[in-house]
Amino acid sequence: MQTEKELVFITVIGKDRKGVVASIATYLYQNNVNIVDINQRIMTDGYFVMSMMVDAKEASAPMEQMSRDLEVIGRDLAMRVQVQHENLFKMMHRI
Amino acid sequence: MAFDLEEIYETASMILSQNLDIRTTTLGVNLKDCIDSDFIAFRQKVYDRLCGHAASLVAESDKLERKYGIPIVNKRLAVTPVSLIMETHCHPERFLQMAGTLDAAARDSGIDFIGGFGAQVQKGFTRADRMLIDTLPEVLSRTERVCAFLNVGATVAGLNLDAVNLIGGMLKETASRSEKGVGCAKLVVFVNAPEDNPFMAGAFHGTGEADAALNIGISGPGVVKRVVEKNRDGDLTQLSEIIKRTVFKITRAGELIGRELSAALDIPFGIVDISLASTTARGDSVAGVIEAFGIEKIGAHGSTLAVALLMDAVKKGGAMASGNVGGLSGTFIPISEDAGMIDAVCKGALGLDKLEALTAVCSVGLDMFAVPGQTPAEIINGIIADELAIGIFNNKTTGVRLIPVPGKKAGDLVEFGGLLGTAPVMQVNPFSAGDFLKRGGRLPAPVTSMRN
Repeated sequence: MQTEKELVFITVIGKDRKGVVASIATYLYQNNVNIVDINQRIMTDGYFVMSMMVDAKEASAPMEQMSRDLEVIGRDLAMRVQVQHENLFKMMHRI
Repeated sequence: MAFDLEEIYETASMILSQNLDIRTTTLGVNLKDCIDSDFIAFRQKVYDRLCGHAASLVAESDKLERKYGIPIVNKRLAVTPVSLIMETHCHPERFLQMAGTLDAAARDSGIDFIGGFGAQVQKGFTRADRMLIDTLPEVLSRTERVCAFLNVGATVAGLNLDAVNLIGGMLKETASRSEKGVGCAKLVVFVNAPEDNPFMAGAFHGTGEADAALNIGISGPGVVKRVVEKNRDGDLTQLSEIIKRTVFKITRAGELIGRELSAALDIPFGIVDISLASTTARGDSVAGVIEAFGIEKIGAHGSTLAVALLMDAVKKGGAMASGNVGGLSGTFIPISEDAGMIDAVCKGALGLDKLEALTAVCSVGLDMFAVPGQTPAEIINGIIADELAIGIFNNKTTGVRLIPVPGKKAGDLVEFGGLLGTAPVMQVNPFSAGDFLKRGGRLPAPVTSMRN
């Protein structure tokens, strides 16, 4: 059921390169986070954007920790990583 | 996926490259029930209450910052107007000690500013109000984090000119006691001051408020500038529409964080104040928005129309997005905190007269501007009185945050650093309204206030 999930969006922005999905997916696997959906594209302004919708209900680390860890992983890949609970997008983009 | 990649990217870009942030989570705290005939016990109760609230405010704000990936820049406290709680301890040294207690509570709990060292004197002074004003130069120069306000008029009460007449001298005294006059940056003189404004320096916890209330200030001139730049050709209605849509989105983010934070703290949610508030960060400029409209420099003829359009669109977008929009909600146009405003003054596009005109349609007033240190007190009082008259007669809040910088003359640049930025010292009209202001007394409330 949708309501039982804890959906979080992980957005990666930067210049396209190898290993981005692998690095993030490995971290998520290690922390028992399930990937629900992935979407990626080169935007009109030239940036590579990858967004993962994940279910963090069973995550072994709290969300603050995941956010910090993924920021570090992003830095190693020279990408910006944002971790945001789905409520933010519901509020901003849906009435 | 439940959301388009474009929507996710739009939100991420607002935060990562357009400086969208929750500018402040300000917790209003009632101190009336801390009053004690034993002054030491009174101060201890105030200190303990503030530190307790501040610790949870900071911890829970940090958690939400991570949950939503939106920076929560400032966590602040606002208290019951201090003159009110000091009525039975009416000695100057006790006012200073109470200011010291507020300062210590803020410092010890990692809060950068605490507001509410002020008085509401729109119709007259109590003994404590008068004493508070007398102690302001010492309080503002000796404390680091205490912010002060005075509400000296209201549309329904008129203007307390006797209070205004005290301010020029008091500001000059404050300026002479603090480096570059920066103590004055911690005082706002208002009319129609809102009791739930989360933005410093003018925040306080009004007497109509509950024991505690959480108010959120959300900003985002960079975000608005970006959408305006992407829509160069729309007419004024279309321009207003795109601003409304954008402000709707950013206010929703504030509403979400406010509601979750208030639930986590178990404190009632007050209001979201949607104000475009500049910072010195690149691109985070209200002047930049106005210039993106197609105005060469803010201050050019046409700027008042532009600020009016912006202000109205911001309010409309915000009003749809939140159950309780309040505070000042609109657009701040400070000088020293906005790179575009500083540039406009330096290039001669914007002077004090045009700035005053802009404040008739912005949400606050003459904010964070410097005048020569030699400016006579009566001329400072005249600047303040004019600005406040605009608020009283237009049924809106106006305020003044003026810094007479000792030793500086018009055209000099004064660097305050940090959040306060850099102020070009502005030319002041040298002619005096001294004899008019000396009449003193109270300006009657305007006929438009008689609405009962």
